[in-house]
Amino acid sequence: MPTRRDVLATFLGASFSAIACRRPQPSPSRTGDLLAPNHERGHLIRDGALLAKFAGPDLPTRSVKVAIVGGGPAGLSAAWRLVRAGLAGPDDVAIFELEDVAGGTSRGGESAVSRYPWGAHYVPVPSPEAKALIVLFQELGVVEGFENDGTPEIAEHVLCRAPEERLYHRGYWYEGLYLHVGATSADFAQFRAFKKELARWNQWRDAKGRHAFVIPLARASDDAEVLALDKISMSAWMRARGFDSPRLRWLVDYGCRDDYALSIDEASAWAGLFYFVSRMGGDDQSSELMTWPDGNARLVRYLAELAGPRLQTGVAVVDVAPREGGGARLGVVDRDGTARRVHAERVIVTAPRYVARKIVAPLRDAPLLSATADAEARAFDYGAWAVANLHLSGRAAASGVPFAWDNVLYESPSLGYVVATHQTGVDHGPTVWTWYYAITGDGKAAREKLLAATHHEWADVAVSDLTRAHRDLGQLLERVDVFRWGHAMTRPIVGQRAALASLRTTAPIGPVHFAHTDLSGVALFEEAHDHGVRAAEEVVAALGLSVPSIR
Amino acid sequence: MGEPMGEAIGEPIDTIEKGEGPAKEPVPLHTPPKRRVWGPPAVLPAPEPEHIPAKTTATLLLVTVLVIATCGLVYELLASTLASYVLGDAVLQYSTVIGVYLSAMGIGAWLSGRVERDVARVFVEIEIAVALVGGISAPILFLAFAHLSWFRVVLYGIVLIIGTLVGMEIPLLLRILRERYAFKDLVARVLTVDYLGALVGSLAFPIFFVPRLGLVRTSLVIGGINALTAIASTWLLAEEVKERVSLRVRAGFVLALLIAGIIGADRITLLAEEGLFADEIVYAKQTTYQRIVVTRGRSTFQLFLNGNLQFSSADEYRYHEALVWPAIAARAEAGLPTKNALVLGGGDGLALRDLLKHPGLERVTLVDLDPGMTGLAKSFPLLRNLNEGSLHDPRVKVVNDDAYVWLADEKNAQTYDIVLADFPDPNHYALGKLYTTRMYALMKKKLGPGGIIAVQSTSPLFARKSYWCIARTMEKAGLEIAPYHVFVPSFGEWGFTLARAAGTYATPLTPSRLPELPFKLRYLDDPSLRQLFVLARDMASLDVEINRLDNQVLVHYYEAEWKRYL
Repeated sequence: MPTRRDVLATFLGASFSAIACRRPQPSPSRTGDLLAPNHERGHLIRDGALLAKFAGPDLPTRSVKVAIVGGGPAGLSAAWRLVRAGLAGPDDVAIFELEDVAGGTSRGGESAVSRYPWGAHYVPVPSPEAKALIVLFQELGVVEGFENDGTPEIAEHVLCRAPEERLYHRGYWYEGLYLHVGATSADFAQFRAFKKELARWNQWRDAKGRHAFVIPLARASDDAEVLALDKISMSAWMRARGFDSPRLRWLVDYGCRDDYALSIDEASAWAGLFYFVSRMGGDDQSSELMTWPDGNARLVRYLAELAGPRLQTGVAVVDVAPREGGGARLGVVDRDGTARRVHAERVIVTAPRYVARKIVAPLRDAPLLSATADAEARAFDYGAWAVANLHLSGRAAASGVPFAWDNVLYESPSLGYVVATHQTGVDHGPTVWTWYYAITGDGKAAREKLLAATHHEWADVAVSDLTRAHRDLGQLLERVDVFRWGHAMTRPIVGQRAALASLRTTAPIGPVHFAHTDLSGVALFEEAHDHGVRAAEEVVAALGLSVPSIR
Repeated sequence: MGEPMGEAIGEPIDTIEKGEGPAKEPVPLHTPPKRRVWGPPAVLPAPEPEHIPAKTTATLLLVTVLVIATCGLVYELLASTLASYVLGDAVLQYSTVIGVYLSAMGIGAWLSGRVERDVARVFVEIEIAVALVGGISAPILFLAFAHLSWFRVVLYGIVLIIGTLVGMEIPLLLRILRERYAFKDLVARVLTVDYLGALVGSLAFPIFFVPRLGLVRTSLVIGGINALTAIASTWLLAEEVKERVSLRVRAGFVLALLIAGIIGADRITLLAEEGLFADEIVYAKQTTYQRIVVTRGRSTFQLFLNGNLQFSSADEYRYHEALVWPAIAARAEAGLPTKNALVLGGGDGLALRDLLKHPGLERVTLVDLDPGMTGLAKSFPLLRNLNEGSLHDPRVKVVNDDAYVWLADEKNAQTYDIVLADFPDPNHYALGKLYTTRMYALMKKKLGPGGIIAVQSTSPLFARKSYWCIARTMEKAGLEIAPYHVFVPSFGEWGFTLARAAGTYATPLTPSRLPELPFKLRYLDDPSLRQLFVLARDMASLDVEINRLDNQVLVHYYEAEWKRYL
């Protein structure tokens, strides 16, 4: 049984744990729920245990035109595209979601005080290339016009309210994420040189006029100069250019941990640069962020509402098999354990890759060559995350920048927290903080560490971490809910791009189409949306409908 | 002004003691003769248990007289000053407080005659009581003023208690000292030192105590000196005082309490702020949202939110007339009545007061974040008098909510003839959002046909960029604007922006005359109304960015501009 000190030392460092253990764990942090994806149902799929249920021939069968496996951003976006393309009838589209709640890692929660995120919590203002996403935002009524280059003008109340972020360092909050205070002229020179390098990549175009780093990645260049960045770590790339300023390396490391659950030594240089450059506008400045109190759950709620009864949750799809003579047959297990079949003309599998491999018969049955296995392992490496929602009765005191949306602690291995009420303009009274912790290092080991710590322990880690910046946190705390994401997101480690390209994972297999942010190699709502729309448009074309693409 | 009176009337009390002293002298004889050192006069050179030479003891006791005289005068001055700070009318407060105090000293002198035995012990006990009551007098009085409607009862009650206790001190000491001096020397020396103490107190109070420590800390420190005197007396009067240890413990307890007050109060209460304000604080409260402080000067009072002046009662009418009447005038000029108004912020009820004077006004909704502020405006007498009870008017509906959040809530769909924004200056991000394009777009949605907006827009002279940033932001939100300003002595040049939805109108936005009113305003008439809209060259437009939720440039402009003055 690990002691409190062991747990804090594991996640926050030994020296900090020694200090933190002098303070008792505030008792409200023991109140709260532990959430996680439904492991039981997930494991039934993984072990193939449910396949036996489909041995008998006389199972109830339903026919739909298009079956969508997975109700996360990719599946819901695919459904959105199909419905908008005219497949709006009762038996046109059915979405099967394994979890009881749709939305994948973009899901959110709600309390009497506020909605709050459980995962992804922002989308940068889309570039003109993200055409389908802009259509979605137009539907949401948040696009007010367009700039000359086609960048949408987003409604003010959806753009992250200033001050966007602040950084805590030795007792004081500073605006922004780069630690300006105490920086030497050499630090600033490196920071400028780094930004210049980012600007160079932002302006870079290949022979076909494509960007090196752009969202959606389907529009990005596959030029050798870009792909070369996949071969080295971000850390090595920085060293080679003399970027050794600790605060610059901290900033880049923070970015890699924040978006990928990778340290600067694990993330590829491609990933490190993608983090910064993909969200830069034509002026080489970072794009503004769009956010909502519950983060990207706002988008998921909209899409799920649109899907209506087409979306069925708590339903496990355990088998997807192309049928002779066209179409596919799905083996489906309902929440109560009853098995049934679904016949579909087309299927869009939007499950994460490690699930897709288990349920799509041709993938499951294909002999796995060792070269393919290596590529799969490199292309689909998953990070483990802990997310804690801290419910507070009031606002914590702070010296320096009084509040911000994103709050990061320079000395901490955590990712800090975002404030759910920030975007609503409610600046006093109770609120909810969403604290994030990405476990870097080997994925399997990270998952073991994640799951070994209990609700109390994760709550303690979160509260101890934040108490260093907010001494009064213990008095404000009402409850702490914790979400353990074992396979949170795909991770762009060194060599991931090449492995992904070799696998051709977006290519349909007969009537089975694929969509998931995994297929882009970075976990972003925008990528999931683009894949969902792409797969939907493939299906629309295969069904012989003549609908122009919105991508 | 009070000091000479204190001294003058101090004399008769001693005289009374002198007069009564001999008559009461048999008292000790009535009590069973004890081993009292002061029983037979000849015992004077008796051996002292704690080795203080008799001569030194006598001198030190005279020093005690000096100290208690100083303290006694300071309490009197404290109460007078505090009363005139919070209640105004210094002549009345000084006269009544000194009157009550001195007559109470008379009561004390009379009561001292009732002390028949253990005079020295009683003296020490009185010292401890003075230390306690005098020491906490100023904090108690401030708290009473802030929270009780019967402040005067507490004021005169405390003055009465302190006066009575102080009145007992010198007579008792005279009796203690009578064996050590011949009568004529005794009276001469004690009274000399007593008056000298009065001089010390009267000089130290205005020169050292008030400017350095403020009233509350002065009160606690002087109480501490009394407590120390009590402790010292137990040694000086070691021969006469029984139960010395018990007395020392009690005095030590009071001393500790006062020291705790000095330390603790620094963190929690007005003490820390006294130095920040030019005038005395008469009300201070930390609400969930802000710190509200009311200070009182010679004949005016001021309201501060988070240390920033919101108004001075001396000239707030200029500000509030300028906020309210141009909007009403602009509507009148377009032939429109003003029946239904929305006030955002303005929890002090002063803009309301002016609005409610408009004869045609039927309903006002006031949206202010802080129930602490609207509550104060409803019930705090100084403020309630100034706003003429506007928050109690049946035409007024008070909503305690963040104006931004309230406006964004689609449930609140009603429209208004005029919308007035009376927010604190944008010196913080939480306030900056109230000056954004988003906010003005929301305000615009609240306008009925021909609706007019007026916004307090900080100083176009001291914070010219901030002022024009607000104006340009309003334009960006689809409003036609008319910038204007007024001179408010306690603020300086102050700016406002009048606005209506951009469009085509028969009449200009800028009004040229006030509406027909059955009374005259204090500041505005038709020519001065027109003057408001003339901005001189040093307040003219500048190139500025638009203040949006996602950039909050105004907060940065504002900080940079006011930094030059503060």
